[in-house]
Amino acid sequence: MSIRSDPLIGVVRPPHRAASLALWLDRESVFSWLMMTLPLLFLAAFVGYPFVYGILLSLQDRPVAQPGHFVGLKNFIADYHDPIFWRVAINTFVYTAVATLLKMVGGLGLALAMNQHFRMKNLVRAVLLLPFIVPTVLSTVAWMWMLDPAFSVVNRILIGLGWPRPGPSWLGNPILAMCSIIVINTWRGLPFYGITLLAGLQTVPPELYEAATIDGASGWQRFRYVTLPLLQPIILIVTLFSVIFTFADFQLVYVLTHGGPQNATQLFATYAFDIGMGAGQLGLGASVALTMLPALALLIVALTLYLRKQ
Amino acid sequence: MAQGMVPGMVTGHGWLERTLRVWLPVGCFLVLALFPFYWMAITSIKPNAELYNKNLMPLLVRNPTLKHYVDLLTETSFLLWTWNTMLVAVVSTAISLVLGTMLAYPLARMRFAGAGLIAMTVAAVYLVPQPLLFLPLADVINRLDLGNTLTSVILTYPTMLVPFCAWLLLGYFKTVPKELEEAARIDGAGRLQTMRQIFLPLCIPGFISAGIFAFTLSQNEFLYALIFLTKSSVRTVPVGVIAELIRGDVFYWGQLMAGALLGSIPVALIYSFFVEHYVAGLTSGSVKG
Repeated sequence: MSIRSDPLIGVVRPPHRAASLALWLDRESVFSWLMMTLPLLFLAAFVGYPFVYGILLSLQDRPVAQPGHFVGLKNFIADYHDPIFWRVAINTFVYTAVATLLKMVGGLGLALAMNQHFRMKNLVRAVLLLPFIVPTVLSTVAWMWMLDPAFSVVNRILIGLGWPRPGPSWLGNPILAMCSIIVINTWRGLPFYGITLLAGLQTVPPELYEAATIDGASGWQRFRYVTLPLLQPIILIVTLFSVIFTFADFQLVYVLTHGGPQNATQLFATYAFDIGMGAGQLGLGASVALTMLPALALLIVALTLYLRKQ
Repeated sequence: MAQGMVPGMVTGHGWLERTLRVWLPVGCFLVLALFPFYWMAITSIKPNAELYNKNLMPLLVRNPTLKHYVDLLTETSFLLWTWNTMLVAVVSTAISLVLGTMLAYPLARMRFAGAGLIAMTVAAVYLVPQPLLFLPLADVINRLDLGNTLTSVILTYPTMLVPFCAWLLLGYFKTVPKELEEAARIDGAGRLQTMRQIFLPLCIPGFISAGIFAFTLSQNEFLYALIFLTKSSVRTVPVGVIAELIRGDVFYWGQLMAGALLGSIPVALIYSFFVEHYVAGLTSGSVKG
């Protein structure tokens, strides 16, 4: 419509200078770019510039509060020869893969359980989302207390059920510490998965199930051949989101274990923080953070293209 | 499990089957989701004598006390941190809604060269996680001499919130019918006028969704606040709780849990008022998880 109205205005108004400026401003492209200038400048200054500057930093030897000098790929070579760095890489991949899988399976279970008729469903749905809403740091502190070496309520319940004293050392044992951060990440992210998939389930037309039932499909077959294929796009989007933000997770680990014991739960983000902020090696820290980039870029491009296609 | 998805088919089953199929799984999820909050609440009202006595059954309170809350509010700067958190969340949410709208409106309504590229860029920027940017940003904030000011976080939170709001609003804007705007244009209204007076008032639900999300995300933010705010007087609740309530190896669990609970309440309250908007925004498939 707006295409048709443009020439009309041109015909009605005499071609004064002011009018032609107004006409120029009225063009879709001019209006759009003028409108977007401020937010784009903001993003360029606070995302674009730091991003490029981060790459430059990673190529410098740059102790905090001192001028840096260019060292080429020395930081990345140092990372390559750092055994902790490889530990961190393995940790991050294990953490991301296991937590995402648990969230996916658990979230699907939650969505299926919630996709039935029962009373107070909206209230239950609202309450179930609480772990996702509440600031991560605050709920993680609660988990820290639940897994406390001396007064863990989890252990006291386990001991009450007959587990030998003193119960597992959740945050002191390297493997259990990794399990703990995975469980807490799952606890927080599962409702998001569940409620999003529930919304997807509710768009599946009931006729499809009826048709499948008439054709003799069992409950499992209906799930496998009707529900899953229709949910696939939503599962894909949610999973990509979840992978990106689990891969780059910082808060949970920083609060719960600080990467310990013996770097057993150290992730890329917390390790970059320790080196950059703790040890004051901005350049080396930036290089650790940037090693996340290839995997992240792949995921981000995949998701962006997919969202665009939708 | 899948049988339960066909409403018309669940007929004639006994209450036992219904309990097994509906309330058992839902109940399990509820207990798992809520237990940490129960434990937070119950710890915050237990006197220390009960808290650190291993011989008592831990799941109940015998002599509830508000001592931890009183201590938290009088001995620490918790109220100040709450004020800082609110101020930062409200201002950065407002900035992000305005800037997000300025990006989303042209992308939703105008045709111009480069629109596709901008939309892709916004989506990609939205997906860039903070740990990729925090070291260079810390240096930028230092050079701007903004360390230990609330301005530092008010400026940096929108780096994640603007693309997020733009993306969510873009989806919403596209669902608003164009007819009213077209009518206004034919009546001779300028583009800006059409947008402000005709279009934006139609989008209040979209702004509420985006606003609540932005608000919760700012309340949740930790990394930038941890790096930029090192003085107690400018801290936000998450950083204050971590940096000042955990003192060395001595934990003040009663106070910590009181702080965690109080710090969660504003978000939970806002969320409960707008839960339908929140779920609507969530299920539009554009939220971080």
